[in-house]
Amino acid sequence: MMDGTPPTIEHKDYSDAYIRNILGEVRTIAMVGSSTNWNRPSFFAMKYLQQKGFRIIPVNPTAHGQSILGEPVFKSLADIQDKIDMVDVFRKSEECVAYAEEAVRVGAKVLWLQLGVRNDDAARLAEAAGLRVVMNRCPKIEYARLHGELSWNGINSGVISSKRRKI
Amino acid sequence: MSDNKPGFETLSIHAGASPDPVTGARMTPIYQTTSYVFDDVDHAASLFNLQLPGFIYSRLTNPTVSVLEERMATLEGGRGATATASGHAAQIMALFALMSPGDDFVTSNKLYGGSINQFGHAIKKFGWNATFVDPDEPDNFRRAIGPKTKAIFLENLANPGGVVVDLEPVATIAHEAGIPLIVDNTLATPYLCRPIEFGADLIVHSTTKFLSGNGTAVGGVVIDSGKFDWLQNDKFPSLSQPEPGYHGLTFAETFGDLSFTLYSHAVTLRDLGPSQSPFNAWLTLLGIETLPLRIERQVANALVVAQWLENHPAIDWVSHAGLDSSPYRTLARKYLPKGAGAVFTFGLKGGYEAGVKLVEGVELVSHLANIGDTRSLILHPASTTHRQLTEEQLIAAGAGPDVVRLSIGIESVEDVIADLDQALAL
Repeated sequence: MMDGTPPTIEHKDYSDAYIRNILGEVRTIAMVGSSTNWNRPSFFAMKYLQQKGFRIIPVNPTAHGQSILGEPVFKSLADIQDKIDMVDVFRKSEECVAYAEEAVRVGAKVLWLQLGVRNDDAARLAEAAGLRVVMNRCPKIEYARLHGELSWNGINSGVISSKRRKI
Repeated sequence: MSDNKPGFETLSIHAGASPDPVTGARMTPIYQTTSYVFDDVDHAASLFNLQLPGFIYSRLTNPTVSVLEERMATLEGGRGATATASGHAAQIMALFALMSPGDDFVTSNKLYGGSINQFGHAIKKFGWNATFVDPDEPDNFRRAIGPKTKAIFLENLANPGGVVVDLEPVATIAHEAGIPLIVDNTLATPYLCRPIEFGADLIVHSTTKFLSGNGTAVGGVVIDSGKFDWLQNDKFPSLSQPEPGYHGLTFAETFGDLSFTLYSHAVTLRDLGPSQSPFNAWLTLLGIETLPLRIERQVANALVVAQWLENHPAIDWVSHAGLDSSPYRTLARKYLPKGAGAVFTFGLKGGYEAGVKLVEGVELVSHLANIGDTRSLILHPASTTHRQLTEEQLIAAGAGPDVVRLSIGIESVEDVIADLDQALAL
């Protein structure tokens, strides 16, 4: 990228505190690349996050005019009137610089690229504008991991605690 | 806890085991239960379609068993784990996600006798084939890889003992061929060696041994490192292609580095059914809490016994990778710096007959077919565990007619030596 500014964090291993703060602060998430297909990851990530109290606004130009899980689908981030805390991208890595620019423009605080999606230029651009960035992760998986639900499938949550977990 | 990385001893007690969210019970409760209520039909559908984490039926997941799984995933430095009814079931589970009929894998020939049987005969009923190679020369694995080869399998510290395999070059060979390395870490346990740090992709254990530690519970576990890219080639359609049993869901795409572990629960346990019982998982969790303490003592005791045997007139040779006489000493220093295990073999000058006499003459050490117990155990493989093997296989597996195997426990080591001494004098 752009002006050669190094990323503010190493996008390899995110600390639990970093992820926990993001998921604790954001309430409204614009999901770019939402699917109307009930068996696609973006559909059930949306469903899960809705159940955990997040508002998800789906963005998908080809599904514009339809609604997913009760939310109307927007053509682009720019068309959304409501305040967006986080942009969550279910698209190809190479398209992400454009989404990072849009995320900056709509005033999002966090740019989150899904599992398998990584674009260091997009990350630097967003971070230079003051956004926090997560790449190659899924907010549903991270939420479930930090709340002990992922452990039910034998997944290493990395969480060690002598306190009762909230359910 | 903070983001500081807890030590192995801390993780042995705490990993996976927060207090029960409802009752506050500190030690993990035994959920001796088969099935779990659904909130409504939509909740049930989300669970069945893998869209929501949660419990359905204990053949797939169980709250006690999942604590064991997370504990083992953590101790091995893996992403996830799946517990099984036995170590043998764990081996089938590790292979099940990788193999199709007509496929093969390359395996070390220095294995537990039961594994040689499983790989040499039983798996052929699935249309799978195993090619056995001598692991002392890592390039033997490379030479045996063909177009249908889907994995390399080995025991890093091999049963019946004394042999250490050079993991790193074998991992490189596997990865250059686009296939995972599966390591049976039963004899070393993650306290002595964490094979994922040397490039292993999947770890299998018989938890029956050092992990439960008291000879109380049969069980197994498969740990996935989460590092193997199942989408890098077309060799692993179970993970990289739409799964017909889940409405065309593609595991590797949907679940990323969780995909092997979720597949093992959602498909392998669901369809083959070798789940671990909650009570066995609980006993094993109880054992793992003291794993570091036990292994530390067992390794120390074993080396004392091995050194004593090496100087005994009735003994021809001792195969323990912690001895200076061992050809595996250098590899042991690299891969097993805290000790070369507590299971090893030795050869009796008196051959087969002397072996039978010794195992029948001991009074403190127990003559039985297990390892990793707090009690010291003795076995004459040629007349028991390895009895089904041919003479050639016996020698290759390090279990020739003169060979006796010891698994040293945590008794006073001088009592173990005194018992062996009296039995050798008979």
